[in-house]
Order: sequence, then structure tokens, then C-alpha cells
Amino acid sequence: MIVDSASAFDVRTYLRQEMMPHFLCPGCGHGIALRALLWAVYELGLDKDKLAVVSGIGCAGRLSAYIDANTFHVTHGRPLAYATGLALARPDLHVVVITGDGDCLAIGGNHLIHACRRNLKLTCLMLNNEVYGMTGGQVSPTTSETRLTTTTPLGNSEPNFDACTLAAAAGASFVGREVTHHVPKLKQLIRAGLEHPGFAFIEVLSDCTEIFGRKNELGSSAEMVLRQKSELRPSAYRDTVDSPFRSSDLPTGILTKTERPEYGAAYRTAAAAQRARLAASTDQNKGRT
Amino acid sequence: MNVGQPASAPKLPWRLISGNHACALGAVAAGCRFFAGYPITPSSEIAERLSRLLPLVDGVFVQMEDEIASIAAVIGASMGGVKALTATSGPGFSLKQENIGYAAGAEIPCVIVNVMRGGPSTGMPTRPAQGEIMQSRWGSHGDYPIIVLAPASVREIHDENMRAFDLAEPLRTPVVILYDQDIAQRTETVELGDANGVARAQRKWASGPPAAYQPYATGEDGIPAMSRPGAGYRVHTTGLNHAENGFPTQSPQAVERNLGRLLTKFERHRDLIDSWQTLGCDDAEVLIVAIGISARAALRALEICRARSLRAGLFRPITLWPFPENALREAASQANAVLVPEMNAGQLSLEVGRILGGKRVEAIHRFNGEPITPAEIAQRVETLAREMNQ
Repeated sequence: MIVDSASAFDVRTYLRQEMMPHFLCPGCGHGIALRALLWAVYELGLDKDKLAVVSGIGCAGRLSAYIDANTFHVTHGRPLAYATGLALARPDLHVVVITGDGDCLAIGGNHLIHACRRNLKLTCLMLNNEVYGMTGGQVSPTTSETRLTTTTPLGNSEPNFDACTLAAAAGASFVGREVTHHVPKLKQLIRAGLEHPGFAFIEVLSDCTEIFGRKNELGSSAEMVLRQKSELRPSAYRDTVDSPFRSSDLPTGILTKTERPEYGAAYRTAAAAQRARLAASTDQNKGRT
Repeated sequence: MNVGQPASAPKLPWRLISGNHACALGAVAAGCRFFAGYPITPSSEIAERLSRLLPLVDGVFVQMEDEIASIAAVIGASMGGVKALTATSGPGFSLKQENIGYAAGAEIPCVIVNVMRGGPSTGMPTRPAQGEIMQSRWGSHGDYPIIVLAPASVREIHDENMRAFDLAEPLRTPVVILYDQDIAQRTETVELGDANGVARAQRKWASGPPAAYQPYATGEDGIPAMSRPGAGYRVHTTGLNHAENGFPTQSPQAVERNLGRLLTKFERHRDLIDSWQTLGCDDAEVLIVAIGISARAALRALEICRARSLRAGLFRPITLWPFPENALREAASQANAVLVPEMNAGQLSLEVGRILGGKRVEAIHRFNGEPITPAEIAQRVETLAREMNQ
């Protein structure tokens, strides 16, 4: 059931007002994703002092600066690796990663698959707008085939990643996908991810109207987002298509949810057991390494 | 000079350990409670030791998926307020450079051990070299300050690793510990003091009302107080050029002010940072300048020279960067010539030549994996002394 707390939720109480106006382009879906995240944070009653947001480089990476929390805007592709250190060192913090399709799947792809495998408690939001928007519109690992970008002037001929299938295959214990059109559903998904006691990977299908949309004559932001609703955009995730927005059964919602040991807790348990063993030992050289 | 053995009578049982083992022990003694690394010869023993040691002190060891992830996780842990270390060797040190620049720019304390092996590229993984003297200072892009320490014995690796944390934390900077494979994997007998209860230098933590807190305020000593996540400050940290409030800026005035402060922040802390050793410099007509295993060879060379009535001295920077320039000038004041034995094609000699402009500076360069011998150094000192006296 979708809890309608929309009337009580004031996003401004979770934003750094001094950073407004934000720098996102008109029509960009990232702001909707940010709102959904903060709405989920509000519903869960997470303490802003204990909330840490780590983001990489790109349009998605810039979002952390707007959030009234402990925010870290790190190097390109590495937010999951920074977040791994932060979450291991500070299990009392709630660590959220905001990343984009290029940041997460291209330069940071290695960190993604190992974060999925490791299952440290982190919530990773990957905002997928199919393009490197910050640098002016180059092809990304999720750009649909045939699409025009500044570096695919003849149309993209590389197949694109299905990030959720990738994350699930790498062992992520929570995988979900949602579109920015369905804001309450997106909020519910992020909320479920924040509550998951392990690594949660969430792909948000966002839209880049100004650069990707304009280049490919995809219409206004509203038109792009409506396509997300009606046709679940990237049919081209698996096959070559002439229209990237034809009907597809690309699933949304929670796609994978399994229970397995959370890495940080497992590590601390093993360490405590070793300390107890040594404390009980009579060996004069105990613990001498 | 006392790089190998402690001068005082041992109060504790002596231990026969390797340089990398001493490095791990020094880290724990300094209060390091987080290590992230990736296997690489010849530094892996540091990770192996810490994987056992850190759980015993409620610390965290993690082997990451690659070298970049390792330094990133270390910086992430330090952002959380925990003293953190990574260790690597040449190829891994190259991979870490971008994020070392991040730590320098965002002023996140951390310690990076680089055990130098042959290069370039994969080079000679099990052979010593000193090829990262310049990279350790200039390896990341842009202008940034960094501290590099260059221990020359197993004991000194332990002690300098402790000092590295005592510099990194209060000065909010990455500190690199640079030593070669020879010292890393040789075993020496050391007496390690009991560090328990010894106060270590601490990070300057933010205090006062959060509304008034500026994460990059200039402050009295040029080092801004850092905020600990969870303490109510909720600040932004970024690798973008930032203003005092921590947020990105492209204002030329704000960037010049803040980057200018960063680039000069060590100046008033040089008493704390600078460290060197001199031997026989008072009357030296030939001064040897060396670090690491080359300095160990130079020590023996000094004995050979003095036995032949050659007046040789040694200047050994322990803090390699920022280079102890004034101390070198003073040590070289009586010398007619300077000899720099180093295991590379010419790095330390460039800096020595720059500082001692006008003096005759020669070098012994070695990049075949074989340490420079005391006899070679003594021979070059003798030749130099003869030429200068002609």
C-alpha cells in the first residue's frame, strides 16, 4: 500500500535552501528522484545527522550538495568505494549513494559489482538518463541502441546494460527499478531499499530533456516522462530497435529481494568472536601478530 | 646515527620482524583502525598483518576490488572520523593518484604506504627501486600540498608510520610513507616501545554552534576544524574548488583565497613536519644525500671514507616532502661537492641541485634492481674529493 504522506511532507526541510536555485536543467528527472528520496527519508524518520549521502561525478553526483545531511561529493565512479569505507567505519550512519549511469556502470562498474557481492548495508540510487549530460551529451553504457549522442553521430551501435539484471547477477540482495513518473511508487521503492538490511540497488529511469531529448527529437519533458509511463522506455535494453520507446515489458518495482548476511555485521561478529577466543586463551603469545 | 638499532638498552624483548610487519604494528600503535588495500608485491604483508591485527582492536580490515577502491574506502573511513591507512606499490600508487589529490584538496587525513619496486609499469616487483620520489610529490593533477616520509630501517618504518598519523590528523592531509622493497622485506631486530597510553596527535574537531561553523574556515593556524558525521554539522565535502562554507565555487576571489590557504598550510607547521639526520656534515667536503636503502649504503660508505681520511658527510631527509631545504643548505655549507646515490634515473638529485644551486651535484643512478653498494659510493666520494682538490 502506498502511504500518502505527501501533504505532510515538506521537501524544503530536507534541502539546503542556501543552495537554491539548483542547477538542473528544466525538465530533468533528477529533481523528482531527489524528492522521492527525501520523501522516503521523511517517512522513515531518519535522523539527518545520521544520514550520509555519497555521490559521484555527473548531473546525479551534484544532487548531494542540495541535501541537508552529511554529504560527500567524491571522484568520478568511486562513490560506492568511498561509501564502503564510510559505512564500515561508521555503522551508526545511514549511507546512501547517488550515482548516474556513466558513474555507476562505466567508470565505476567494478565497484558496483563488488558492492553487490559484498552486501554491505548501503542504498545505491542510480539515476539513469541514458547519457553523460554534464559533459554535453556523450553515449553512456545505458544509451539505447540507434540513439544519437555527441559521440555517436551515426547512432549508437553498442548494446546497453540492463543495470538491474547486472546487479542481480552480481549478487545484490535488493534490486528495484522505477520511473520518475510514478513518484509515490518511486518513493515506496526507495523506502524499501533504505529499510533493506544489506546492499540495495535501485535504478531510477530519469530523463535528460535538454541534451539527450533534444538531440533525439523526443519532445518536451512531459512527453519523455509520459513515454516512461506508457511504454517503459528502454525496450532497447536487450534488443536493437528502431524506436526506443516501443512497448516493453521492462519490469519495475522490487525485482530481487533476498536475505543474506550483511557484510559489516558479519565482520564485526567474527572479530568479536576472535577477541573472545584470545581473551579465554592462556597462550602467553596470544594476539601477538 | 642510529637507523638500525635502538641506542638504549632494551627494556622490552627484541623482535625480529620485517619492514612491512613493522609498518602494520606502527599503524595500530598510532591508532589506525581502518585499512583497505589490494594485493601487490612487495607490500602485501602489511595488509596480511593488519587483517589479523585490526579485528583485535575493534578496527576494520577490508580487501577491496582494486587499488582505486582501496584509497577511496580509506578516505571514506577517514571522513567518518577514523584513522585510516592503505598500502601499495608502484602500479597501485599510480592508480591511487587521483584520489590522493581528492584527499589533499578536500583535506581528509589518511596515510598511504608506497613500497617502491622497479618500474616503469610492472617493472621488477621483487626488486628495490626509488622511482617514486617525484611521483609521491607531484603524482596527482593540479597544485596540492602533501607530506612524504622516507624511513630507512625497519624500526624507522614503525616510528615514521606513527608520525605519519600524527601529521595527517592534525594537519588534515594525506601523508605518504615511501620506502623501498629492500627495507620492506628485510628483517631486522627491533625493540618496539609500548605505545599504549601515549597520547597521539588528534584531528581538530569542530565545536560550537553548527550554524556558525565553516568547514574550511582559515582559522589561526591555517588548518580548518573538521566535523564528524553525526555531530550535527551536516556539511558538504567536495573535490570541486570550494569556498569556506564547503560548497563549490568558481569565484576567482574565493578560489584564490581557499586554494591559496591550502597550498601554504604547511608553512607554519614546518617545525612539526621537517625531519632529517646528518652525520659528519660539520667538516664534510663531500656531502652525500640519500634516502632509504641508498642511505643505508651511504652509512657504511662514510665509515670507509673516514678510514681513508676522506671528509664525507651524510644528509638524510626523513621528511622527503616538503623537502627540508634549509637543513640541507646548512649541512652542505662546508661541502665542495654533493653526491646523490639513488635507485632511479635522476630524481632526488634534481631537487638537491635546485636547492644547492651553484654547487657541484653529482649522482649515482641505479635502476637495475641492485642496490648501490657502499664501495661504489666511497669510490665516487674519493674521485670527487680528488677532483675538487685539484
